[in-house]
Amino acid sequence: MGRHRVKVAAALAALLATAGLAAGCGGGDEATQNEATTAQEGGTTLTVYSGREEEIVEPLFASFEEATGIAVEVRYGDSAELAATIAEEGDGSPADVFFAQDAGALGAVAATGLLAELPAGILERVDERYRASDGRWVGTSGRVRVLAYNTDAVAEDDLPGSVLELTDPRWKGKIGLPPTNASFQAFVTAMRLSIGDEETRRWLEGIKANEPKLYEKNGPVLEALAAGEIEVGLVNHYYLYLLREEQPDAPVENHFLDPGDPGALVNVAGVGILTGSTELDAATRFVEFLVSDAGQRFYAEEAEEAEYPLVAGIAPREGLPPLDSLVGPDIALDELGAGLEATLELLNEVGFTS
Amino acid sequence: MSETPAAVRTRVRTRRRPPLPLTAAAVTVVGLTLLPLVYLVVRATSGGREAWSVLTRRGTAELLLDTGVLVATVTVAAVVLGVALAWLVTRTDIPGRRTLGIAAALPLVIPSYVAALALLGAFGPRGLLQQLLAGPFGIERIPEIYGFPGAVVALTLSTYPYVYILTAAALRNADPALEEASASLGRSPLATFSRVTIPVVRPAVAAGALLAALYALADFGAVSLMQYTSLTRAIYLQYRSLFDRTPAAILALVLIALTVIVLALEARSRRAGRYHTLGPGAARPPRLVSLGRWRWPAFGAVTLTVLLFLGVPLTVLGYWLERAISLRGPLELPWGPALGSLGTATAAAAAAAVAALPIAILAGRHRTRFTATLERLAYMPNALPGIVIALSLVFFGARYASPVYQTLGLLLFAYVVRFLPEALAGSSSALAAIDPKVEEAARGLGRSRVGVLLTVTLPLARSGILAGAALVFLSTMKELPATLLLRPIGFESLATEIWKETAVGAYSQAALPALSLIALSAPLVLVLVTRGRGIDTAPG
Repeated sequence: MGRHRVKVAAALAALLATAGLAAGCGGGDEATQNEATTAQEGGTTLTVYSGREEEIVEPLFASFEEATGIAVEVRYGDSAELAATIAEEGDGSPADVFFAQDAGALGAVAATGLLAELPAGILERVDERYRASDGRWVGTSGRVRVLAYNTDAVAEDDLPGSVLELTDPRWKGKIGLPPTNASFQAFVTAMRLSIGDEETRRWLEGIKANEPKLYEKNGPVLEALAAGEIEVGLVNHYYLYLLREEQPDAPVENHFLDPGDPGALVNVAGVGILTGSTELDAATRFVEFLVSDAGQRFYAEEAEEAEYPLVAGIAPREGLPPLDSLVGPDIALDELGAGLEATLELLNEVGFTS
Repeated sequence: MSETPAAVRTRVRTRRRPPLPLTAAAVTVVGLTLLPLVYLVVRATSGGREAWSVLTRRGTAELLLDTGVLVATVTVAAVVLGVALAWLVTRTDIPGRRTLGIAAALPLVIPSYVAALALLGAFGPRGLLQQLLAGPFGIERIPEIYGFPGAVVALTLSTYPYVYILTAAALRNADPALEEASASLGRSPLATFSRVTIPVVRPAVAAGALLAALYALADFGAVSLMQYTSLTRAIYLQYRSLFDRTPAAILALVLIALTVIVLALEARSRRAGRYHTLGPGAARPPRLVSLGRWRWPAFGAVTLTVLLFLGVPLTVLGYWLERAISLRGPLELPWGPALGSLGTATAAAAAAAVAALPIAILAGRHRTRFTATLERLAYMPNALPGIVIALSLVFFGARYASPVYQTLGLLLFAYVVRFLPEALAGSSSALAAIDPKVEEAARGLGRSRVGVLLTVTLPLARSGILAGAALVFLSTMKELPATLLLRPIGFESLATEIWKETAVGAYSQAALPALSLIALSAPLVLVLVTRGRGIDTAPG
């Protein structure tokens, strides 16, 4: 009995001690954070909901803070979950800015009327293909759908110029794709909008007949390519660079599709300002910064994942074909959001997501 | 066990009206935990009528079937494995029972998404196992782990420890005199096991099975990595790709309906009889069953199980850690996130233990249809995916309680809502093991109700309450979806660190936070496993 009581008491004491310690440290962090904030000019604090990963965009936020003296507080999360969060928060959202991984999440928030129209000066920095037609969000970086391949298994010359050719039996059991991933679904939507539902269904059925391997996200497709599990994968171009951070010697390369191919979608990550923002000036400066020359050069020169800058005159990372040379299917990015439901139904019917 | 007249009397007397403050406290706690349900109803009914077509959509019936099969398989696997392990390490002369007993509980500290990632790293098409076999044997393909098999293995890993820990504790606390009496009356060891041992541990097994089933219903990490579409995964996909929250809310209500079925099954399984002993019990450890020539085969089987569920994940994490160090040099320990995890987990454990008490006392000491229902209701949110709980608190927090929105307080509240059943399982089973007569005797000697609670009930139940709190602590350490959406900006936990790295595919960078999470949680498992080694329920 006595021994037991001592044991329990010791465990409780240890727990309380760690709790106290943690609370103390948390408090300490907060204090230093507040000091840093008030030290900033004017003490303005901007709240950003970022669906873009901390590992990738944190340096961008840091250089904005340094350039403007405006402190940025960032809530990181999944783009779609943050979009749902903003919608649930409604007018009470603490967010000033929504920085999202894809046009779909921005469109969803815009549809609830919670995104404000951006100033023309900002919108005009970017080609109209890469921003909302109603001006409620603007693209900040581009990502291109490619056919990534294992260089030990296939030579680039043997790869098709069009995704439509992947239904060839030659690729049986060798294709990898992420059917539940937002960027893959946007790619199918773009295909539907450019070549029609029937053609797209036939293509999906042809791919299905080729027994593709399915993955959760783009990243795992790249890993499977590196491991030789599959020979080709339908992914965004920049995952290759993330893979190389993990496995510098991985035998994987990107193959860019022919211009105008229904599979060669150029999609964007982008940003919008919330109607309920209490820091409208700072929010506008933030978005201005993201499409400024400095903000855009970040993708070409600094960011791990080498996305495309969208502002004219800023070249992409060395080794990437210029943005102008990449022609996707002729559709507006705005339409991708509204077209998604039919795509999901199609993917479900063909048997990719059930 | 047949009812004695004394037991019948006890039963009648426990139906007395419960004190009002107790009822009020329990009703308040349960009411608060049902906020997510209120949110779901609001969402499901605020959308257009066409959203309801999600119920009749092609594939929805199949989805229900797939979910049912997954949950049933995982629960059965967890029960078989958990009970067998518990019996072997507490009641037999298996070699190394102390060490094995602790190791068998440790997978509880591995988050299911980490377990699934590690299992894929080991048994995936080109994982470590295939690489090992490819050299000497030239094996190019190993059986596919994606889909049902992978989901079952990963979820069994995450759930069998619940059954194991609760059953082992019940076996240790059971009065050995019962089994000895049975044996002395000429029953064979097998008959004694099925007629005496099993009934004694049945509430513990049922509580463990319930936690396992609810876990399998609510899990997203393992099923998504293993590419198995359960109802929870469908709900996430609905949120993530359609942005229309109505169909997702309707699917979540379907999940609630499944939960009601699970709860009803569990309630049926524990209907009979009393489970507490009338006397203090024999104050000595039970006699061990001699396994004879099965001693070493049993040892081999348990060792293999532990190697699969603990050794494999640790090996893969170790391999990733080594890769991280070779790629980037020495790593820095994640002190900040570790303190964030420990602090919130400790606070959540304490809060959940306190919140569970009135419900457990009400349901255990004043059992009526109403109080039993109240207890069941508290289990509901546990089967809901984390994102549903998170979005419901976003909804109520941002709109109606903005001062607490995105504070640690609301985050802790979310943890309590999600994991209250684990605290309840601990305190309920501890209360069930205390004879109400002991409390009545204290009342008879003039102690007040509160006095009895503080000086008799709580001290006797403390190890169960502590065990429940420890389960909540471990679950909070692993929690991700609600933490991501509800945390104050800048708050980091080990789970969010793992998420941050795996989101960009940096598995090697996730290894250190994952191993830290495991290392910091492991001591609590020791508390759980070694509790009950003394004679807890004997009056001091």
